[in-house]
Amino acid sequence: MAEILAFEHVSIAYDGRAGRQIILNDVSFSIGAGEALGLVGESGCGKSTVALATMRYLPRGMSVIEGHIRVEGRDTAGLSDQELSRIRGNRIAMVYQDPMSSLNPVMPIGKQLMEVPLLHGETDEKAAFSRAVQMLEEVRLPAAEAMMERYPHQLSGGQQQRVVIAMALMAEPALLIMDEPTTGLDVTIEAAILELVRDLRAKFGTAILFISHNLGTVARICDRIGVLYAGRMVETGQIGTVFRGPAHPYTRGLLGALPRLSGGGRRGKLRPIEGTIGAGDRSRIGCAFVPRCSFAVRHECEERPIAMVDLGGDHLARCARLDAIRASVKDEHDTVATAAGSNAPIVLRVRKLSKEYKLSSFFGGEKKGVVRAVTDVDLDARAGETLAIVGESGCGKSTLARIVSGLLAGTSGEVKLGETDLTKLKVDDRPPEIRRQIQMVFQNPDSTLNPSHSIAYALSRPLRMLRNLASGDAKAEVSSLLAQVRLPAEMAERMPHQLSGGQRQRVAIARALAGNPELVVADEPVSALDVSVQAAILNLLGELLEQSQLGLVLISHDLALVRHMADWVAVMYLGRVVEYGPVEQVFSPPFHPYTEALLRAAPTPDPDAAPPSAALEGMMPSPTEIIVGCAFASRCPSRIAGLCDTTPPPVRQFGDHRIACHLDLGGQVPVAPGGLTEMRSSTS
Amino acid sequence: MLRYSAKQLLNMALTLFAVSFLVFALNELSPGDVTRKILGPYASQSQVDHLTREMGLDRPAIVRYFEYMGRALTGDFGDSIYYRQPVSTLIWDRLGNTLLLAAISFAVIVPLSVLLGVLAGMRERGWFDRAVSVFSSMCASIPEFAMGVFLLGIFVVWLGVLPGTSPLRADSGWAIWMQFVLPVLVVTFYDAGYLIAMVRSSMVEVMRQPYIRTALLKGNSFRNVVAKHALRNALITPFTVILLQLNYLVSGLVVVETLFAYPGFGRLMLEAALAKDIAVLEAGTLIAVSVTMLTQLFGDLGYMALDPRIRV
Ligand code: SF4
Ligand code: SF4
Repeated sequence: MAEILAFEHVSIAYDGRAGRQIILNDVSFSIGAGEALGLVGESGCGKSTVALATMRYLPRGMSVIEGHIRVEGRDTAGLSDQELSRIRGNRIAMVYQDPMSSLNPVMPIGKQLMEVPLLHGETDEKAAFSRAVQMLEEVRLPAAEAMMERYPHQLSGGQQQRVVIAMALMAEPALLIMDEPTTGLDVTIEAAILELVRDLRAKFGTAILFISHNLGTVARICDRIGVLYAGRMVETGQIGTVFRGPAHPYTRGLLGALPRLSGGGRRGKLRPIEGTIGAGDRSRIGCAFVPRCSFAVRHECEERPIAMVDLGGDHLARCARLDAIRASVKDEHDTVATAAGSNAPIVLRVRKLSKEYKLSSFFGGEKKGVVRAVTDVDLDARAGETLAIVGESGCGKSTLARIVSGLLAGTSGEVKLGETDLTKLKVDDRPPEIRRQIQMVFQNPDSTLNPSHSIAYALSRPLRMLRNLASGDAKAEVSSLLAQVRLPAEMAERMPHQLSGGQRQRVAIARALAGNPELVVADEPVSALDVSVQAAILNLLGELLEQSQLGLVLISHDLALVRHMADWVAVMYLGRVVEYGPVEQVFSPPFHPYTEALLRAAPTPDPDAAPPSAALEGMMPSPTEIIVGCAFASRCPSRIAGLCDTTPPPVRQFGDHRIACHLDLGGQVPVAPGGLTEMRSSTS
Repeated sequence: MLRYSAKQLLNMALTLFAVSFLVFALNELSPGDVTRKILGPYASQSQVDHLTREMGLDRPAIVRYFEYMGRALTGDFGDSIYYRQPVSTLIWDRLGNTLLLAAISFAVIVPLSVLLGVLAGMRERGWFDRAVSVFSSMCASIPEFAMGVFLLGIFVVWLGVLPGTSPLRADSGWAIWMQFVLPVLVVTFYDAGYLIAMVRSSMVEVMRQPYIRTALLKGNSFRNVVAKHALRNALITPFTVILLQLNYLVSGLVVVETLFAYPGFGRLMLEAALAKDIAVLEAGTLIAVSVTMLTQLFGDLGYMALDPRIRV
């Protein structure tokens, strides 16, 4: 196989005011024609530097200090600017994270696409135009010709990423670099994009360098994998080999830290990798992983450079103690915790909750309509248990969370905490006692931590406000809160910016716990964190639930995480709950067709998993649309024509498990106690 | 777009109406009556009363206001009590002079600022960028007056190649075009300093955007990236500010006009204010407000043309 890209002992350094800093250290790998290599590692490991170095587009101050980068056999260091321009976009093309910002906002899509062939030899505008249209069809965008005229902001996120992919493939490059191409997209859109990439790869034979923090997406696309840690390649190999028998402790850590869809669930312990990459770790002589490695032995790991060890069968790992580690191999999967009963007392009861906004245009007149953000939602959150709410963005899950926490008022129905109806009470109208009982944790801890106040201040404020503690008592309580979230007491004196992302999220959780709440609403609490840190936070939440009997409402797009954490799941689509029940029932058949599609779309880090069948096409209808039948009818693969689009689906109940669908799912499983009952319709 | 323009024009008319009423009311409330000002302190009370009646000032203010507005719509703004001639002849003349100075300055300032700003901003922290940044902040921080005196010192007193005053009269001994050089220079230095900084920072911001990287990694040359991808984006933000300079150039040139004895609109307004020449002030205010609102409208329309994300 001809080599398309080769890194040969490449080291890259950043020369700044603080002196020289090593970013990549002796990185070697190669990608053959048509091959797909996945590059994984936590943030700061140097993944993106590899991509930029391949393009010879390093940020100011960074340079290759050792080694060679060869593209189709030529060392890129020796290329003139013109030669470089001929390679970029033509032989190597790139697809980026955040497609919106990587497209020029004031240039129509078509022009941006046509630019590629026109830059690389095509002289005929017409030919470039028809090539662009053809490429838009290849990435399955509807009405390709009309699409040419549109501007990036007129497309959805998934469509934008398809445009970027089409643009990258315009010149049929030998190598496609994809840097976190699906991060930030919904699961269903992610699945569709990944499927598209697989198909295009098969069709054009393009080699791929796929950079991701998500092992699941890598498993779907790539044949081989490279694991980077602190600027060094620590393990490479065939994806199946590495996932089944990871050799390096870091790779084992990454795989062990991941909640899995197939796992036992119920908050078993994940295995987080303790600590974070330290500032000095990149420049260690020996192994960079020493501070976080439980196998580390001083004289073997720290004193001399550690070479890649060939394990045979194209599998290499950089570790001095592979034999010792192999001898200690144990079952890596999370253990199943005892399941709590589902008859825990109900903390929060939501009945027929709806939220509508009336639209009126700014100047009055023109556009009018009603946005139905949440429609007829029924749910319970129970003490000591987790209720997870899942669905694509725009499904209403965040609106629901905001109503519960009082950032929005509901339009009708009821939201009851104990005996108090909160539906229309916004935070400021709620009695202090209620405010204390419901707390929120957000995706980004910085949104609640004031950067100019110490951690002690951030934690003692709610203690004094919500629990009326005197400042002396509050101080003692701060230490105990920090201990609860496994942070040392000294943290109290630090400022938020001195903490890592994971530590800040712990502080945010401690803050939420400060008032002894009965209910915590967590909106994507770990999605901004690295896998290894994420595991530690999830373990912490699990422990807290067990100890304190608080109820947790978890909003998440990550189904594996939900499988791991939740006791109850509500699947939402277009503002409605389409399926609701105990997690093990919702995640096993019979499925609501939408739940099934979501589960199928979720990427799993399992090399043996069957390639996903057709992903969900289309988009969620706008919440202003008036839905007569089933909300999912426009995308449902098992839609019954003439029924689903005209009649609201009945809610079928199997014990605690409810599904709103016309399909007669009852035949597929033994009918749960209580039998198949037709209840009221779920839409009005 | 048409709808929007119509709506804005209507808004404009309403605002002008409100402004005119306010100015009229202020005049009514201000101490000292007009007839006394015209006749001077030694006139007898009966003479004052007579003139008051003759000018119709004894009738209710609201009636006089509508009369005034009616005449204003036909271009008649009454008479100036200070210059003793119809406001309309006076003001159109002066406004013409100012517009000429403004147009020349604008034609110099805008291309200059865009060119320097873009060239500086495309390579952040390069030598050219540093040089331009120093130059622009220096220009913007020297007051017009100081800059004027400085340039007068060099070109008039020392070199003697340019006239020190610009009354725009051919009999002053200097060609008319030469009389424009110094005022334009002073205005340009002062205003361009600010605009260059504005364009530069917008360009720097745009050059950091991921789509610039996309364009470069598609195989575009750097020059192509700047011309085809960065330029239009970089002009979106400064565009409105550039148009706002028109307001400054029409009604804010008092200092320059005074310094060079230039018979312009700003100086006229200053003198009218000092002399409490209400008729002139009133007409001037209406004109200044119209100019502001017109540039606003053009600003919005241009903004929409530049940025497809903005639609009304
Ligand atoms: S070399 Fe030592 S510290 Fe590094 S991964 Fe192997 S055992 Fe751990
Ligand atoms: S009711 Fe019909 S359209 Fe809706 S989910 Fe069920 S089968 Fe699909």
